[in-house]
Amino acid sequence: MNFITKCYYLFRRVWKSVSLYFMLAGPGLVVMIADNDAGGITTYAATGAKYGYHLIWFLLILIPVAYYVQEMTVRLGAVTKRGHAEAIFDGFGSFWGWFSLLDLMLVDWLTLVTEFIGMTAAMRIFGVPEWLTVLAVCLLMGFMVLNGRYWTWEKIALGFCLLNLIYIPAAFLVHPPIGQILADGVIPNFPGGFNGEMFFFLMANIGTTIAPWMLFFQQSSVVDKGMREKDIPWGRFDTWTGAIITVVVAVFIVVLTGTILHGVDIDDAAQASVLVMQTNKYAGAMMAIGLFDAGLLGAICISLASSWAFGEIFGWAHSLNTKIKEAPWFYVSYFFTLVSAGLVVLIPGAPLVLITLFVQVVAVTLLPAALVFLILLLNDRETMGEYCNTRTQNVIGGVIIGTIIVLSTCYGISALFPALFA
Amino acid sequence: MSIAHAVRSLFAGNLEKIRDINRKYATPRISMSLPVRLALLALRVYLLVLVGLLAYKFIITLSR
Repeated sequence: MNFITKCYYLFRRVWKSVSLYFMLAGPGLVVMIADNDAGGITTYAATGAKYGYHLIWFLLILIPVAYYVQEMTVRLGAVTKRGHAEAIFDGFGSFWGWFSLLDLMLVDWLTLVTEFIGMTAAMRIFGVPEWLTVLAVCLLMGFMVLNGRYWTWEKIALGFCLLNLIYIPAAFLVHPPIGQILADGVIPNFPGGFNGEMFFFLMANIGTTIAPWMLFFQQSSVVDKGMREKDIPWGRFDTWTGAIITVVVAVFIVVLTGTILHGVDIDDAAQASVLVMQTNKYAGAMMAIGLFDAGLLGAICISLASSWAFGEIFGWAHSLNTKIKEAPWFYVSYFFTLVSAGLVVLIPGAPLVLITLFVQVVAVTLLPAALVFLILLLNDRETMGEYCNTRTQNVIGGVIIGTIIVLSTCYGISALFPALFA
Repeated sequence: MSIAHAVRSLFAGNLEKIRDINRKYATPRISMSLPVRLALLALRVYLLVLVGLLAYKFIITLSR
């Protein structure tokens, strides 16, 4: 009886912890999984097609990299109760504030266009015309933000995050050789040597793991969710879980294309889906569905990141917990960003490839600034108190951020001048 | 109220809002110690170089 009683109370404690986690889970999971957006899926698909399983070890290293950077935004949001944009304005003045805000708007809008590019390309595979995809996505996203509170929006977004796992069964459908994956992918190696092309792929994978909008989004999301200092441990666990899931999905995408398309040049994930369909129609279809889901998740988060940031600075009501009448400008900016980005994709002859290229370079201008401000803000003992960065966190964070800045810059330059890295 | 008047009011209102924001955040809260100043100076130089490269690429592409 004593043993049964102990088991019962243990079960209750565990269930209480699990329930508490599910209440607090969200910002970290959503931002990390949404990081596998349309551009990210293309990067991983191309990596697998180019190098097979040989760069899986590199993706695994990105788990702690993504965690360390995003965890800082959890602490900053929970302690200051302010979004990243407002924190920059307050800490560093209006020049850096406007720079960060306007650059974020531009990057977000351009990235949103690339998400629509990915979604329309994925749906075209199933015969759905672009205009219908854009219309359906705008209506769906409108429903998500207008029909509930932050809680509702978050749970729907988590549902789409779950769909992002579709790459895992898709990879198993093509019967990947597990032994070869472990032999090629676990030990660090550079197939073909460490040349310009390898460098480009490494940088692209890093660039797709840490995006500027992620810093702004997660911090604002933590604030809108109402997380407090005592919720930080759960926020950390949420971020770790998200980082692991996002890299696991990335690995399975690499396994999928590494098995079917090794040696084939891939321009985008939609093309990869069509090619995979020729070998296994279900795996290819799942890949296309996953691409649409990735674009949708990215669009859901990015459009909010901009609206939150603007609302913080202009003093508008800027919460999903408010209705349109209470926060008109918040919703106006949200829908304006969303609809205008969707319409670009429908313009005949729109330079979509140029836009995709431009996104990469403009994102590079914001990423170092956002990361430098993040470290400086986390070292403001007056505001952060006991949640200030420790020396160890500064060293780890500094090394990671310094490396990201250098490699992202090289990536941006290589995008502008490909011949330099040929 | 004419449309032009409404648009002018909207812009005037937002410009005033922007001025308010600039006044509110005129003085950075974080004290500018030497490491902070150096970090922000390095950032400005970095951004100038990157924007310069972007402008160069844009001009080269246009002239082709």
